[in-house]
Amino acid sequence: MAVAEREHAAVEVVDLATTSLRELNRRLHELAEAPGPRHWRVVNPSGAHAVACGLDADVEVEIDGHVGYYCAGMNKRATVRVHGNASTGIAENLMSGRVEVDGNVSQSAGATGRGGLLVVRGNASSRCGISMKGIDIVVGGSVGHMSAFMAQTGCLVVCGDAGEALGDSIYEARLYVRGSVASLGADCVEKELTDEHTATVRGLLDAAGIDADPADFRRYGSARRLYNFHIDNAGAY
Amino acid sequence: MCGIVGLFAKAPGIEERLGEHLGAMLVQMSSRGPDSAGVAIYGDPAPSGSSKLTLYSADPHERWGAVRDGLCDAFAVCAEPAVRASHAVFVVDAGASDADRWVRDNRPDLRVMSAGRVIEIYKETGLPEEFARAFALEDFRGTHALGHTRMATESRVTTEGSHPFSTGFDLCLVHNGSLSNHNRLREGLRREGIEFQTENDTEVAAGYLAWRLREGASLEQALEGCLDDLDGFYTFAVGTADGFAVLRDPIACKPAVLAETDDWVAMSSEWRAIAVLPGAADATAWEPEPGVVYAWEKALV
Repeated sequence: MAVAEREHAAVEVVDLATTSLRELNRRLHELAEAPGPRHWRVVNPSGAHAVACGLDADVEVEIDGHVGYYCAGMNKRATVRVHGNASTGIAENLMSGRVEVDGNVSQSAGATGRGGLLVVRGNASSRCGISMKGIDIVVGGSVGHMSAFMAQTGCLVVCGDAGEALGDSIYEARLYVRGSVASLGADCVEKELTDEHTATVRGLLDAAGIDADPADFRRYGSARRLYNFHIDNAGAY
Repeated sequence: MCGIVGLFAKAPGIEERLGEHLGAMLVQMSSRGPDSAGVAIYGDPAPSGSSKLTLYSADPHERWGAVRDGLCDAFAVCAEPAVRASHAVFVVDAGASDADRWVRDNRPDLRVMSAGRVIEIYKETGLPEEFARAFALEDFRGTHALGHTRMATESRVTTEGSHPFSTGFDLCLVHNGSLSNHNRLREGLRREGIEFQTENDTEVAAGYLAWRLREGASLEQALEGCLDDLDGFYTFAVGTADGFAVLRDPIACKPAVLAETDDWVAMSSEWRAIAVLPGAADATAWEPEPGVVYAWEKALV
């Protein structure tokens, strides 16, 4: 009991019904410069945008409720857990650290992310992982249309199904889908799943805390046949 | 941008406070649409055989009594209009078609915002908060309602260019997005006898739905026709006498969220607007699929 009480006391609780979003984010940003509380709990987010964005500290932020756009965007090092749903652009341009969402997320989850891990336990809608540049994304449910559009590096693991035009104009990102794929986008093809790939999927599933057999997944990636992959066109860039 | 809100009451407590809840939702969408705001409220039906007209006058000193006198002479009914800011609601002892035609013929300076048995449409330029106050939204009770906050992109900021748009008797449309083939479509619809009063793209979508419904399509068929015939981005919410329907274009760039509890169904551009409703924290919430018509009607719940 004493230990639990101490842990509870160590959690910095911020109520967005009474504290402004700017105040919350300012206090979280200060942690990049000076030590402060390591465990935060945000209550009453009520769909607010840009909650816990731009963090650069080894902190854990728990958010109780649904958040709006761009939650945890641009973060480094931090762990952000959303106990609810998230709207457009969760973990957009994530640099490092970890973002977890218990519920569903709207479009452009993990867009342009450069590192770190995004875990969505529910479904992600359209454009999940669009232009991802090194982030790893694990989705417990399904993803919508145009997911991994122009995805450059990193892994997208989908335990459910993928919508239309998966991986359109993809570069070097690796896509793993357990369920059905409505259609593949331009230049995206199915590729062999080797031991190296199942090991990668196992590692990501373990990191996400999702129980699934890596052998059940199929791998998709770039056929490298679009204009920009032809050496004759290299001079155009 | 633009913001959309919709609320469908499943419990009497929500019906009693429909206007108050809708106003709170609308204010949450101010940042998506600070140019103008509007609502369509369904409640307080006119007696059988009668109809309700919501009229707008650009003249702040409009003599609504004179309009009433004219309607009384034509249709032998003399109820006082309910005046709210620049709008007035008349209950007329005639069908909506005849009452609507009388206003267009005799008072072309007035604008028929809505006609039907249950619908009332109010809209005006300015911040949603000012709109909610000026039109005393908290006074309204009703079964369901739609609202819109506008950030204009395709046409001027005017009362007429604000949403909702009437699409026929007891029908209305609110729209988040922009249509790119509205000029060509408007020409075709004019040839079919559909009237347009602005250069607004949403009015064309409203006219399209009115035309399809006139030609015998069901609401669902008319909305599915949008997927083939409208070019552009849209999340639509359509109000009917019995409920409302939601449709997103197949690309689905424009946001939408739906939520339901035992007491209500709500839709909005963002969760913020739904979060203000009682019991929202425990609501079932989901994002509507692109290109799929979602509809709620009183008879179905």
